[in-house]
Amino acid sequence: MSELLQILISGLSAGSIYALAAVGFTLLWQASQTINFAQGEFVMLPAFLVLALSVKLGLPLWLAIIFAIFLSVLILGALFKKLVVEPMIQHGTLPLVIATIALGLLLKEAVKEFYSPLGQPFPSLLPEGVMTVFGAAVSIPDIANFVIAMGTIVGLQLFLGRTRTGRCMQATAQNPQVAQILGVDIKRMVLYTFLINGALAAIASILITPIYLAKFSNGEVLGLVAFIAAIVGGFNQIRGALVGGLLIGVIDNLSAAYISAEYRQAVPMVLLILIIMVRPQGLLGTSEGRAV
Amino acid sequence: MIRKLAMTTAAIAALTATAASAQVRIADVAELSGAGAAAGAVWHDGIKMAVEEINADGGILGEQIDLVAYDSQTDPQNSRAMVQKAIDEKTYVLMGTVYSSSTVVNMLVAMQNGMPQLTGSESPTITAKGNPYIFRTAFGAQKGLPKLGSYIKDDLGAQNVAVIWANTEFGKGGHDAFEKVAEAAGINIVADIPTEQAQVDFAADVAKLKSSGADAVFSYMTEEESARFLIEADKQSLGLPIVGDTVIASQKVIDLAGGAANGVASHVGLTAEAPIPAIQDMAAKFEAKFGYGADHNAIKGYLGVYTIKYVTEMIGSFDRQKFADTMHGLCLDAANHPGVLMDVCWDDTGEISRESFLVQVVDGKQQITKTLPAN
Amino acid sequence: MSIKTLLFALIGIGLLIAAPMGQTNYIIYVLCSWLMFSIAAMGLNLTLGYAGQVSLAQASFIGIGAYVTSLVTLAGYHWVLGGLAAIGATFVIGLVLGYPALRVQHHFLAFVTLAFNTIVFLVLRNEEEITGGSFGLVGMPRPEFFGFKTMPQLHFYYLVLALFVIAAFVFWWIVHSPWGRAFKALRENSIRAESLGVDTRRITLLAFAIGSAFAGLAGAIMAPLVQFIEPGSFSLIHSLKILLMVVVGGAGFFFGPMLGAAVVIILPEFLRFTEGYYLMIYAALVIVLMVYSPQGLMGLGQKFLSLFRRKPEVRKDMEKGAQL
Repeated sequence: MSELLQILISGLSAGSIYALAAVGFTLLWQASQTINFAQGEFVMLPAFLVLALSVKLGLPLWLAIIFAIFLSVLILGALFKKLVVEPMIQHGTLPLVIATIALGLLLKEAVKEFYSPLGQPFPSLLPEGVMTVFGAAVSIPDIANFVIAMGTIVGLQLFLGRTRTGRCMQATAQNPQVAQILGVDIKRMVLYTFLINGALAAIASILITPIYLAKFSNGEVLGLVAFIAAIVGGFNQIRGALVGGLLIGVIDNLSAAYISAEYRQAVPMVLLILIIMVRPQGLLGTSEGRAV
Repeated sequence: MIRKLAMTTAAIAALTATAASAQVRIADVAELSGAGAAAGAVWHDGIKMAVEEINADGGILGEQIDLVAYDSQTDPQNSRAMVQKAIDEKTYVLMGTVYSSSTVVNMLVAMQNGMPQLTGSESPTITAKGNPYIFRTAFGAQKGLPKLGSYIKDDLGAQNVAVIWANTEFGKGGHDAFEKVAEAAGINIVADIPTEQAQVDFAADVAKLKSSGADAVFSYMTEEESARFLIEADKQSLGLPIVGDTVIASQKVIDLAGGAANGVASHVGLTAEAPIPAIQDMAAKFEAKFGYGADHNAIKGYLGVYTIKYVTEMIGSFDRQKFADTMHGLCLDAANHPGVLMDVCWDDTGEISRESFLVQVVDGKQQITKTLPAN
Repeated sequence: MSIKTLLFALIGIGLLIAAPMGQTNYIIYVLCSWLMFSIAAMGLNLTLGYAGQVSLAQASFIGIGAYVTSLVTLAGYHWVLGGLAAIGATFVIGLVLGYPALRVQHHFLAFVTLAFNTIVFLVLRNEEEITGGSFGLVGMPRPEFFGFKTMPQLHFYYLVLALFVIAAFVFWWIVHSPWGRAFKALRENSIRAESLGVDTRRITLLAFAIGSAFAGLAGAIMAPLVQFIEPGSFSLIHSLKILLMVVVGGAGFFFGPMLGAAVVIILPEFLRFTEGYYLMIYAALVIVLMVYSPQGLMGLGQKFLSLFRRKPEVRKDMEKGAQL
């Protein structure tokens, strides 16, 4: 019983981080049909920015984190859009997919060459305390990860639904032509989406790296998981990505414990194939979405 | 005319001079990039340091060592190609690779070409294939683990052990070797948990260990995964003694896992902390030179190059076949061959035998608790 | 086949025959692996460049081919049997996997194949009794044909070259057959193609299955070439590598995959001086290439040539909504 509870809690904690990455993924898809194969590397990089600023340049940790989030928004948001997505968007989806695969490779190799090929310890902002709930160990970082991740996503939902800018962004995602006619500055709205994705990646990175350690290759695992979470949950819904992320976190842990440790990676894959065959729009997705 | 003649003579003299300071080529095929770069790069630095020392000291049989690095990219197929390339480029003796999954592939090519190869790999399969050209620089797991088995049974008094291991060629080798050790020592394996390479989430694995009823955990994974596992085990307050082989008590894992590594016990073949002055000197020089601490991979590479020097000087020529023949059944003592750091012997399969150590991590430092005799 | 194409093909084959002469074993090995990857990339080119479907499982099909061939040859049968079994198995699996992909369009096939690749990797690693698990399979013999032993590297190269030429010819024939024209019709405008009586469902499925069978052949070559296979060589990252080959070379061009494979396999040899930066430079160049020429290097070359030609030879079939 305590084992099951432990697995559920750990799964939710990990899943909330996957959800952050998956939400960013769906945002980019909605705003610009970008299937970002570098999303995992986007989550890997900010941790190294923090390390570079704090360990190499000697900034205090909190300042390094603020700068790193700012840099992520700039590099992974604005520059990514300007230099990679914008010039390619007219060519259709495939060249962009290829370019993001190449970008992922570029980021990975750059971190390896310019920082280190070795895993790095990463400082945690949070106290280490652990409490026991019905026999399951729940750490403060676990709870904080969940709360911060969920808070961020709820905040984002409120922003998109309740503010004028947010509604303009949604309009842009749903129908750019009509939005433009209605006077929405769609270019700016798309840019906002990219900036938000940069910030989400940075938050996910800073939350997860104290546990996962900073390593250049971390993006391979995280990117794949975010990807699956987004598709399973529903590509065109933030809610969907949220549920997808949590679900994959829990299923991954459950299958490792109760189905087969050797095939733990296969379970989300099988789920993915089933979802695509039975409900291609995803669990919470709406089938109208975008005609692809 | 005379001037021209003098110039020609001078030119010829210059040419012979270059020929006299000939070079002998040693190739290092290693994981300089890719997932194994953590191990391969350190191994290569150990080799570099030994080569520079030997060259400054007059080289091997008066010839300077020309060290050429080949990057396997941690890809077995690529490592095979690189070994082929090293052989094409007139290599005398080959060093590498560190990852067992690469070594089992590329040692075939080295064997087909009669090329002696000193590997850093520890998978038991490597010396079990009857390849007469492969030599280890560190124990195979099947050699080191029995020493650990008696520690688990006698010192820890553990009867039921859970095994957590990396489901790769490296981890599987260790896992299979430990199974045999456990059977021989009468230890029950109550949980058997394979993990993925580059796995980040160990929550479910630790939860399973916790409810397995084990008295101790045997862990056999690579650096980052070991550290993540230790962090998670600490978080869930697993509360069981964790033992492993070499990697789990390495400085890298201690740096990564921080306080979570305290208490881990491990068998190590080679460590910079060993109570042996030669090793401590080597480690100090290494740290001064490269700016980071030497680990077992650095020491392996270092003593590998010295082994090439001693064996070659013993046979008196650069003869690959003789080199391989001589190494089988050879013992080098550290008193007369300081570069090997510790007394060492190779058997007729290329397996190594040497003293080793039992260590425990105390306050973020590896402490030697016991020196174990060679077996 | 016009005289010009025939002549061109013969010159190309002549060059390939001459290429390994006097070279070291290592260079010949690199050439073999280039031809092998070219075959796999050719298959993906059929799926991607001609039928317009993204597949991210090409490496797993190479893996299936390699394991089937290894098991057959290690059991003592001739390599030819193994190769045929590999091609057959990958074709059938391609059909089975491709079927659900027809229900959903474009990027969803990418997702299904991505999942499939991971599952294949896990099966190869976990089913130890058959596949040798993470230790892999070792010691596959190189075949002998009527006394012609292919154990020496150079001999094996000519075997690979022969298979490559056959594969290239088959590919050429498919693309120029009524079938191939149906592929193109499908890619350019599937609704129109359907309305004109092309059975899009069957054609797409076939394109994917044949593309997979090419990968099966590449696997059949890999087994005796490397003489060792393990699951790690067929993971997702390798599928992405092959996808990059096809697109960098030029999807939809006959020579595209060969050029793309050359960039990935042979070019690093000449760029040793870049050391650790090679992959970074490659990745950056791919991004730049996608900006300026999404049709890859072949597309770039064509643009460049058309600057000089008086009557540029525009490929009408590459344009959207071209006439059938």
